[in-house]
Amino acid sequence: MKSFIGIDLGSTTTKAILSNEEGQVLGRGITNSRSNYETAASVAKQEAVIDARLYLCRERLEQATGMGEQIEQFIGDLGSFFRKEQFLEQLGDLEGTCLEKIEGDRFVGKEEAIKEALAETFRRLREEALVLYAPGAERKSDFFRDLAGSRYLMISEEVAREAQLGYDLLLNVYDKSIIEVENRPPSGQLKEKFQRALQEVLAHGSVSGIASEDVTGPVSDALDVDLEETYVVGTGYGRVTLPFSKEHIRSEILCHGLGAHMMYPKTRTVLDIGGQDTKGIQVDGEGIVENFQMNDRCAAGCGRYLGYIADEMNVGLHELGPMAMKATRQVRINSTCTVFAGAELRDRLALGEKREDILAGLHRAIILRAMSIIARSGGITDEFTFTGGVAKNEAATNELRKLVEENYGKVTININPNSIYTGALGASEFARRAIVEGRTYDDAELVAA
Amino acid sequence: MSTMTKPKRAPKPRPEAEKDASMLKQKEMMAGHYDRLTSAPENGDKVCATFVPGNLNELIMCFDFVNNLPEQNAIQAGLRKTSGRFVMEAEKMGHSEDVCTYVKSDLGMMARGNLAPNGKPFPDPDVLLLSYTGCFTFMKWFELLREQYGCEAIMLHTPYTGDGVITDNMREYMVKQLKEEVIPKLEAVSGVKFDIDRLREYLRESARAEDDLVAVLQSAKKKPSPIDAYFGGIYYIGPIFGAFRGTKEATEFYRLLRGEIDERVAAGLGPITPDGPMGEEKYRLVTEGPPNYTSFRDFWKMFYEEGAVCVASSYTKVGGTYDFGFRHDPDRPLESLAEYCLNVYTNRSLPQRVDMLANYIEEYEADGLLINSIKSCNSFSAGQLLIMKEVEKRTGKPGAFVETDLVDPRYFSASNVKNRLESYLQMIEQKRSSTQTLGAAA
Repeated sequence: MKSFIGIDLGSTTTKAILSNEEGQVLGRGITNSRSNYETAASVAKQEAVIDARLYLCRERLEQATGMGEQIEQFIGDLGSFFRKEQFLEQLGDLEGTCLEKIEGDRFVGKEEAIKEALAETFRRLREEALVLYAPGAERKSDFFRDLAGSRYLMISEEVAREAQLGYDLLLNVYDKSIIEVENRPPSGQLKEKFQRALQEVLAHGSVSGIASEDVTGPVSDALDVDLEETYVVGTGYGRVTLPFSKEHIRSEILCHGLGAHMMYPKTRTVLDIGGQDTKGIQVDGEGIVENFQMNDRCAAGCGRYLGYIADEMNVGLHELGPMAMKATRQVRINSTCTVFAGAELRDRLALGEKREDILAGLHRAIILRAMSIIARSGGITDEFTFTGGVAKNEAATNELRKLVEENYGKVTININPNSIYTGALGASEFARRAIVEGRTYDDAELVAA
Repeated sequence: MSTMTKPKRAPKPRPEAEKDASMLKQKEMMAGHYDRLTSAPENGDKVCATFVPGNLNELIMCFDFVNNLPEQNAIQAGLRKTSGRFVMEAEKMGHSEDVCTYVKSDLGMMARGNLAPNGKPFPDPDVLLLSYTGCFTFMKWFELLREQYGCEAIMLHTPYTGDGVITDNMREYMVKQLKEEVIPKLEAVSGVKFDIDRLREYLRESARAEDDLVAVLQSAKKKPSPIDAYFGGIYYIGPIFGAFRGTKEATEFYRLLRGEIDERVAAGLGPITPDGPMGEEKYRLVTEGPPNYTSFRDFWKMFYEEGAVCVASSYTKVGGTYDFGFRHDPDRPLESLAEYCLNVYTNRSLPQRVDMLANYIEEYEADGLLINSIKSCNSFSAGQLLIMKEVEKRTGKPGAFVETDLVDPRYFSASNVKNRLESYLQMIEQKRSSTQTLGAAA
């Protein structure tokens, strides 16, 4: 089966979409961008392939079995157990790497004790993984570093205390290892991991009464489908670092325009608030970009701004929106300068303002800035699609709805749960068109002929 | 406590830019100009400072002044990467971040020894001649210089062509100022009597060079264009916008340049870039706004690497608009000086600018309009978005915006500019191929 991959290398996360010849999305993958775009791209791509495998499993099971509504649950379990396999594999890599890092003056005479402490730490981490990836369990993040890192810090501290060993020693080996491990994508042995996951689903899954012979065939079929990587298109800020030739790279503005059009074909205006930039894009009925405006070299009011605010408040990025929703009033914030974010915040707190109210004001300030960029790009024409990481933030979207109505009247506003993949979706469509429709855009002659 | 210092790495050697004979000659001319300027005190020459838009070089030469152009000095500082220091120096003196960076580069340069590119100090001006042509900041700039030097400052007021036409009244008003105000004062400062025949002779030279300049700029109508009319254009306008208009040297320079370009046309060649001959011409752009000087080569590279060539630009008209037929005229010396000032791009109204840019797109068969909006130049930037929208509407060709600054290196974000430019070029490509698909389908 021909497959087409779009990769969007953002400043915060890297997204990948895998689609088939009909332009149907089979898989989505996301990972943190690290400071290594090449790894990020390969991890995101692998994630999309995993997702596509699950998609194909679902499809085969639907055709072959009468599982009905149980399929979703089954696929959910299969995904969870697969992720556990993957997590354990990376955990093994992390442990091995940590052991290699026990070297230098500070470790002299303590090597054995540290090895034991590491063994115990990783034993507990593995034990936790069973709970973390139990069917139906929720995880705050699926990024290895987020999951393993935060737990390693907690557990190794306990272990160090119990063993009366310096915690700093365990931290030291971890710090030296995590970047290495993170930049080493998990092995590609997906099929084996899926097979093991399938066995676990059958043994411990949440769906009862499944006969092994009913599902094994369809799942194996799905795993055997040859996902031939036909064409890849990269986009996003890190696109120039991709080991692709020029025709495999497209600007994220075009990709966002096309991606939004594919999600909502009536889209005429797109707003994308990403980590480092805010873009206002006008597209025509075919998703072709007519006009765009974006912030200049200053990233005021972009996603990173919220990131800094979250850091300042010592809360998670995803908690900001809900906090702002609890505001009783809106503090007026004029500056969305990322550099001054902390100062602005402390200043308001010192004046006795509530955190919720300040956050409400900050969200409004971001959207006001976005509104000005949209206005410069040509305003809002029905329908309007909001994409990017910030589209997940309800406080921001509420503010956007209000301001859009005030300025442009009633307009259909589309916010897709998968909006973070908009750029990657556009890229995968460019990849598909390059082959299926012979549209490379670099060779207009080809099209005319 | 020791301070960490970064190990010093030898800077990566940058290959020398390729230069045509005309560029070498121009380099020689500029070096000669700065030598003449810095040795003015020992030669007993007097110095007149003035600006590029509305530069009355022929008149200035009539009084044996050496012409010093502070904007060109700021541009030189930008190209030589010293302007950043100067701008910060001026900010230390209290000038805000938003003030025109030409001004700040100049003031900062003065505070740091006021050295010309040849390493010798610039002489103090004996007179400041402000031909006011639409930029209010120029007036404030000279006000500061007048304070600093305590010298004579002369203002020639050019009426704004708000209605897009030059009336007899405007011309007469300017000629009257020239006769009653400008010339007598220049005579007084220089001690040289005004000789109108000397002026006529200079104007005759100007017109010759102007003919050749226009031919060079209009060669970009050819496909492929033999020149880049924005980045390359900056070199082409250097002498005529500066201290050379009206000289035999300028006439020779433009003759040589035109010869070179004619050869390129005959051979069907594209422009020469700092990295050698440009590859295939894929996009033809009209540009509005000054370039960025602190990363001039990097900025240009972003264009030629993608096969984008600028076929016409408004910036190359700030020191005089010649392509619509205006020439300095020895038979109407003062009148033509007045018309010259009235015609410069900075003195043109918004609708005139729209007309000019939209016509360029048609005449030069360009793919669209690219605006480089300058952070610290309100005079140029105000209304640019409106210009873009209007030009898009009139031509049906897409426009785009990048934002940089004149000579403040802090306002050049390479990744941001590259991102926008590439997006724009891909957008053109996408539109082109979708039109062709439609065409093929029909």
